[in-house]
Amino acid sequence: MAYSEKVIEHTENPKNVGTLDKSDPSVGTGLVGAPACGDVMRLQIKVGDGGVIEDAKFKTFGCGSAIASSSLATEWLRGKTIEQAETIKNSDIVEELDLPPVKIHCSVLAEDAIKSAIADYRQKQAARASSKG
Amino acid sequence: MALNFPIFMDYHSTTPVDRRVLDDMLPYFTEKFGNAASRNHAFGWVAEEAVDQARERVAALIGAQSEKEIVLTSGATESNNLALKGVAEFYKEKGNHIITTVIEHKAVLDTCRRLEAQGFEVTYLPVQRDGRVSLEALERAMTEKTILVSVMLANNEIGTVQPLAEIGKLTRARGVLLHTDAVQGVGKVPFDVQSMNVDLASITAHKMYGPKGVGALYVRRQRPRVRLAAQMDGGGHERGMRSGTLNVPGIVGLGRAAAIMKEEGVAESARIGALRDRLQARLMKELDEVHLNGSAEHRLPGNLNLSFAFVEGEAMMMAIKDVAVSSGSACTSASLEPSYVLRALGVGDELAHSSIRFGLGRYTTEEEVDYVAELVIKKVRHLRDMSPLYEMHKEGVDLTKVEWAHH
Repeated sequence: MAYSEKVIEHTENPKNVGTLDKSDPSVGTGLVGAPACGDVMRLQIKVGDGGVIEDAKFKTFGCGSAIASSSLATEWLRGKTIEQAETIKNSDIVEELDLPPVKIHCSVLAEDAIKSAIADYRQKQAARASSKG
Repeated sequence: MALNFPIFMDYHSTTPVDRRVLDDMLPYFTEKFGNAASRNHAFGWVAEEAVDQARERVAALIGAQSEKEIVLTSGATESNNLALKGVAEFYKEKGNHIITTVIEHKAVLDTCRRLEAQGFEVTYLPVQRDGRVSLEALERAMTEKTILVSVMLANNEIGTVQPLAEIGKLTRARGVLLHTDAVQGVGKVPFDVQSMNVDLASITAHKMYGPKGVGALYVRRQRPRVRLAAQMDGGGHERGMRSGTLNVPGIVGLGRAAAIMKEEGVAESARIGALRDRLQARLMKELDEVHLNGSAEHRLPGNLNLSFAFVEGEAMMMAIKDVAVSSGSACTSASLEPSYVLRALGVGDELAHSSIRFGLGRYTTEEEVDYVAELVIKKVRHLRDMSPLYEMHKEGVDLTKVEWAHH
């Protein structure tokens, strides 16, 4: 299969690979996929004042398209508000990376990872609010 | 020696035509273009003579007693189809049971599926962790109705060599025919239809430095005389077993390729095996969590099938894009399923997704092996730095205990 130049670029020079402190209350972590299925994505966001995503990091076990989808997602997340981040659709990723039909599930996984990270962040915030009473 | 890119390490998929083979073939496209079936003029005689010589060379390579036992085909897929369907159809009054293994090539497995649909019964023997069939299991599987056992000489993915001589003793004692898909192993590991009691054997030229589109089926003529129902109707070529004008240039190439294998195969296998061992040793020394798939002992000299845990195979292939290898990862297959061969060994899906098959061959050099070893080490480390699974593994998380969201 021939890869698009953007997929190759993201795989060779992935953006924002790394790990944020998952115990930090301002960090939301999403871990999606399964090793047996051949792809696992971990996407993390660090949310600052005003609900703006200050930092985003990923680590991905998966094919080039999965790595590229998560790398692109972290780039898009940085500087966005949580509400803006929620509007990112897998089809946007497909279009940007020029993913072929067999690789669409990689973009779906990236969207899931974003949603999961946001959900984790919100859960932490809610837990904090309730503990403060 | 300078390296040339891309580097080919996928010799199980195909091989380049040896220059000596090509040189022998060329005249048969132009000045010696006759039809081998033209019995009454010089053009035909020249072609027929060349075909007969090729037959003799193939027969000599596999230990056949006569060149008349070599039926020329378009390749191993056709040979496998002809062997299984031809025997099934001819011997159906005698029995309707066929035994094969779960790790055969699709040309055997899908042929068996079709025969099942026609009313034959097929037993698919499992393999052991090292990829070898159990002789006890084979013995237990044979019944009064069994007419044919088909077990490959060596596997195309993991390179595992089957105990054919022992299998041949069992089948011969029971009066059951033995077919082997010998494509990957012939010329590279010991193979002799006489001493191994093989009755039918499929081979192809393009896995041994000959051209694509030509192969052969060995069909034993004595003790026992094997009969086949033809699967293609026409001019009655190949003793009625396979009609169709002979691909004379291709057959000449097959013959020369077989002659070279007979002459040089043993020494070549020793050289290639040493290079393979060098590659394996380097990778396993420098990287942790590397698993060998298949038998370490009973293996094709050019085969190295490794799973680099926590790294996905297709990403790995992309990262080493100057090197042509193959992977058992689902992402590289049309079916999006991980390799059925690795699954049959009991390799977990996650390790099947992480598998890379290196195939070394006639033109592989030590420089290439060293380059590939360094590149793979570097890229596995790079991809593991990116892998959440490797990080979790390093933190001591048992990945089998994690509840993954399957999708």
